[in-house]
Amino acid sequence: MSPPPALSVRGLEVVFGEHKVMDGLDLDIWRGEVLGFVGASGAGKSVLTRTILGLQPKQAGTIEVDGRDLDAMSPRERGRVERGWGVLFQQGALFSSLTVRQNVEAPMREHLDISPALRAELAMLKLRLVGLPPDAGAKFPSELSGGMIKRAALARALALDPGVLFLDEPTSGLDPISAGEFDTLIATLQATLGLTVFMVTHDLDSLYAICDRVAVLGGGKVSSIGTIAQLLKSEEPWIREYFHGVRGEGRTRTARVRAPA
Amino acid sequence: MSETPTAEIVAESGATRVAFGGLWTIEAGGQLEAVARKVDDLPEAGAAVLDLSGLDGLDTAGAWVISRTRDRLEESGRGGQIVGARPEHATLLREAAYAPVEPLPPPPRGAVPLLADMGESVYLAGRDIVSGLDFLGRIVVVGGKAALRPRRWRLTSTFYHLEHMGLRGAPLILMINFFVGVIVAQQGVVQLARFGASTLTVNLVAILTLRELGVMLTSIMVAGRSGSAITAELGAMNMREEIDALRVMALDPLEALVAPRLIALVIALPLLTFLGDISALIGGMLVTWGYAGVSPHAFWGELQYPASIERFVSGLIKAPFMAIAIGIIASLEGFAVQGSAESLGKRVTASVVKSIFTVILLDGAFALFYGAVNF
Repeated sequence: MSPPPALSVRGLEVVFGEHKVMDGLDLDIWRGEVLGFVGASGAGKSVLTRTILGLQPKQAGTIEVDGRDLDAMSPRERGRVERGWGVLFQQGALFSSLTVRQNVEAPMREHLDISPALRAELAMLKLRLVGLPPDAGAKFPSELSGGMIKRAALARALALDPGVLFLDEPTSGLDPISAGEFDTLIATLQATLGLTVFMVTHDLDSLYAICDRVAVLGGGKVSSIGTIAQLLKSEEPWIREYFHGVRGEGRTRTARVRAPA
Repeated sequence: MSETPTAEIVAESGATRVAFGGLWTIEAGGQLEAVARKVDDLPEAGAAVLDLSGLDGLDTAGAWVISRTRDRLEESGRGGQIVGARPEHATLLREAAYAPVEPLPPPPRGAVPLLADMGESVYLAGRDIVSGLDFLGRIVVVGGKAALRPRRWRLTSTFYHLEHMGLRGAPLILMINFFVGVIVAQQGVVQLARFGASTLTVNLVAILTLRELGVMLTSIMVAGRSGSAITAELGAMNMREEIDALRVMALDPLEALVAPRLIALVIALPLLTFLGDISALIGGMLVTWGYAGVSPHAFWGELQYPASIERFVSGLIKAPFMAIAIGIIASLEGFAVQGSAESLGKRVTASVVKSIFTVILLDGAFALFYGAVNF
């Protein structure tokens, strides 16, 4: 029997007042895969992420982690599961009164009994892994550029070497070179650590470069899910527009060129 | 499979083999360090070989610790060759390779930095006065310009703030002043009874609240309630570049944000002071009635002399000045907020503390002035 999915969502319903944002959504994320998540602005991508993370109450449905229901867990167990999650918020959400290094050290300080020296070393390692110069460690978040904030926030998300990484628009606001480096970085980390990555993104390059599968959110459900190649063949209007529209066309052309190689 | 990190030291012919096993992940916490230290302290001078073939799991923390150990062995000429690493572990060891981290410089301590801090705060206090006066001047210019062009009056905004500072602040101001009236009257009745002059309590309550306490307590409450709100609003706007957005639209933040608040304060504070005065007199009346048996009718009769119009005005006239001081301090602190949440907190605190301090100082200045002109 194959192992249960790293994360399994069944029949999820989230209602805001009169508006049903999630209407019986089902989604499986398999261990070790990079799942890209796309959908029109306002379709509820962030709501889904926040609901899985437990930041947003749900009206119905279950969320299972490695085959165990999150709601049925004791707070202690749930804490253990959540420690295995790294989250990169869209705006970074770095603690503004701590330096970057203290930000990365914060989860380690709370959850691990390691010496301050090792903690500092590991924090600097994470900063190096995400491509920040060592002197960035002493800076405050308000002194950083947008791209550096993303990197610093990723370093904090990686602080506890999570098994599952949630990325909310990780490459938005980065220049194409940095975005490419970011993709490579996530791919490297994913390969070496066996990370499971759940990535909300609009960056077509990221989708092509590192996503194993892509899920499309529409009408409160996952309307399509599959590899990029499968979605490119999809006849659904929104998906066609997304991948074959003005911005998508250049990418699909290169993808086609790349494909035979 | 072992859940904890292990490192078995096996002496072989000519070399020492360190067999790593178990999970070398961050979950192990301090154990990683403890086990690695054992390997670091290998006494043998022979070449040590680090055998990773038995490793069950590795993450960046484990890779960092293992590569640190390897570097230490290598440096002291005790070998440090890594063998048997699985491809993914080898990649991880390369990506998370050890590099020395410079320790942070210790924070300065002792008497000199403390003295420097004190000197700095004195200097900053002086600069605060200068920037406050500068701000007042700019507000006057903005006000003068706007006064000539009624179309630029921001009436909606002004009335919005008037509602929140004045109307919604009224219940609190009424209550506080009522209780102060009660306390003053109660003490007056008890203390003056020794001289058989309980009826003079009416004079005490009237003079004290109308001239000093009414306006001062109202100003202090407004500084805490509305001054802090002004600082927090302007500060949060500053943090999110909203004030910069106004500037690039060629709008003056002073005119758009500060002027309506300041005008609302200047209108609201005298009104609140008036309400506070009346409330304190009612509190005093109830206590003299209950404690000293002075009927309300007699109280109002007695009140005619001490509660003269001059005395009423002497208190009320201070209110607009207090309002300007609170508004300017709160706005200046709001604009001084920098990027962090901590900075916002500090500025709101500073705004309230400085406003209250200035209110009391101004009250003292008025007392001296009234004394000089025999008011």
